Amino acid sequence: MTTTDLASAAGRGRHLPDRLDRPWGSALLSWEMLLVVVAVAIFILNSLASPYFLNAWSLSDLTFNFVEKGLIALAMALLIISGEIDLSVAAIIALASTIMGMAVQAGVGTPGLVLIGLGVGLVCGAFNGGLVTRLGLPSIVVTIGTMSLFRGISYIILGDQAYRGYPESFAFFGQGYVWWVISFEIVLFVLMAVVFWFLLHRTSFGRTVFAIGNNPIAAAFSGVRVERVKFILFCLTGLMAGVASILLTSRLGSTRPSIAQGYELEVITMVVLGGVSILGGSGSIVGVVLAAIIMGLVTFGLGLLNVPGIVMSIFIGLLLIVVIALPILWQRFRAARAG
Amino acid sequence: MRSLLKHREIWLAAAIALLVAFVAFRFPAFARPGNLLSVFNNYTILIILALGQMAVILTRSIDLSMASNLAFTGMVVAMINAAYPAIPIPLLIVLAMAVGTTLGAFNGALVWKLGIPSIVVTLGTLTVFRGATFVISGGAWVNADKMSPAFIALQRGSFLELPVLAWFAVVTIAVFYIVMTRTALGRSIYAIGVNPTASVYAGIDVGRTKFLAFCMSGLVAGLCGYLWVSRYVIASTEVANGYELQIIAACVIGGVSIAGGIGSVGGAVLGALFLAIIGSALPVINVSPFWQLAISGSAIILAVVLNTRGEKRKGRIILKRAAA
Repeated sequence: MTTTDLASAAGRGRHLPDRLDRPWGSALLSWEMLLVVVAVAIFILNSLASPYFLNAWSLSDLTFNFVEKGLIALAMALLIISGEIDLSVAAIIALASTIMGMAVQAGVGTPGLVLIGLGVGLVCGAFNGGLVTRLGLPSIVVTIGTMSLFRGISYIILGDQAYRGYPESFAFFGQGYVWWVISFEIVLFVLMAVVFWFLLHRTSFGRTVFAIGNNPIAAAFSGVRVERVKFILFCLTGLMAGVASILLTSRLGSTRPSIAQGYELEVITMVVLGGVSILGGSGSIVGVVLAAIIMGLVTFGLGLLNVPGIVMSIFIGLLLIVVIALPILWQRFRAARAG
Repeated sequence: MRSLLKHREIWLAAAIALLVAFVAFRFPAFARPGNLLSVFNNYTILIILALGQMAVILTRSIDLSMASNLAFTGMVVAMINAAYPAIPIPLLIVLAMAVGTTLGAFNGALVWKLGIPSIVVTLGTLTVFRGATFVISGGAWVNADKMSPAFIALQRGSFLELPVLAWFAVVTIAVFYIVMTRTALGRSIYAIGVNPTASVYAGIDVGRTKFLAFCMSGLVAGLCGYLWVSRYVIASTEVANGYELQIIAACVIGGVSIAGGIGSVGGAVLGALFLAIIGSALPVINVSPFWQLAISGSAIILAVVLNTRGEKRKGRIILKRAAA
């Protein structure tokens, strides 16, 4: 029963606006409409700002900016809806990448590397899930710990070195194109988005995830095996971090212990920007996908304008706060006029 | 309840003593008072930051932006010092605390007035503050040769045989102890962490109390901005990058419950000291620095396991938990 802990850490007592608490319907649709408007606005701004933006290869490159983080965000969305969080995903990427690097040195081929990447992700996720559900610990703290632990193991194995020498066929995952300019990464992302959308919005498993996030005790009394569902969600998040690790390692062609540093916060930003309540219980996959695209557009557009990465982070941070604050201010404004 | 808290702190203190004894067994010089003092001195900044974070976590919130606040404030005072070396240092320190408090108040106001969860607000300001550091400095560093001698020298001096830097920690600990245990604000902070609904009925303004807790964490982050920059004699965008999780880890190891309401000044200090001893001892006993991250990660997990076991012994029943 640790759901309340994260919620409390985030400051329960005052919920996000009603719009987020209401079930599926017009309310959530409006959140996604807001995201679509933001995305279109940034897209137009980008195309006005740089003559290099509107061409197929540019737009294809853009996808590399968000796909790896977006894949994790899909699973993280479910986890956060259930009232938990995983801060260790970037460290899982590092550890999976490191172990794949070791395997390369031992002469393992591409299929083996993929299995290892997925396996390490799954094991790490199960470790987080086990600690949270078996021992009843708050996930925000557990994953701060495992974040240091997983990345620490990468440092122990790698020291200050880097692994290279990945097989040529391995490069396909991060650099290959399925059809003309359509990269393997974006195809995988679209596919996984559909899978997660189906899982969350069209299956009974998805309904239990919402139920747990809304009220874990009521869910437990209704016969939902809360701990088991949460354990599965942690495993799923770890697995997606493993997938992201394969893509990222393949794209960079090397492994360093500092790989994917800071990704966890960007992934969580995507999820929250996508309209998932950090207190659990509400959110949608469509929102998360839109948020991922928005973040990709922002960083790519600013990159075309030669804005340094650290300044982009101002835009991402402000975007997060402003997009969350806008509907609240709007609601106040309307209430003030009505009253 | 009171005795249980004390019990936990004694427990943690014993663990630290054991750790020191173990290291001293391998390397006797480590346990010399002079060396232990320098360990304390080296981790002064973490201790001060952990106290600010504790105040926020007690109110069921979290401040992820402290390290970015520190970097921004440090850059501001370093740039002012480089441009106007004549400005006296105490004034700069007051300025640092003012800048830090302003940023903390910004977080607090968003949490208070808009009701946005603190984890979301500070996730945003974490990147905004650090980006702003880059913008005001243009990405340039402020190096030792640009800082005035007084700016660097102040905290290196000593007073009553104790380094001035350590005095900053001593004074902060004393102030926090008084605020948390002897003032209405301290009582309100604990109260809203234990039960926000009951606090409202008791006449406590929950939002305002959270706002003040964020001002406190901003204030100490600002103070540490000056301390960090003058100690390591460099101000850059990268200062204290990723440090926010260390600060939270210190609180968690010190028994501050992430669910709010449980924790103490002594615990937060001991939690930071625990990380200090681990960080200082590993190189001494010839453990490669690459092991440090993994070991402190394991320590965090172990501490949480022990803390949670401790809380469970109070015999909370499930429905009570649901009501809270």
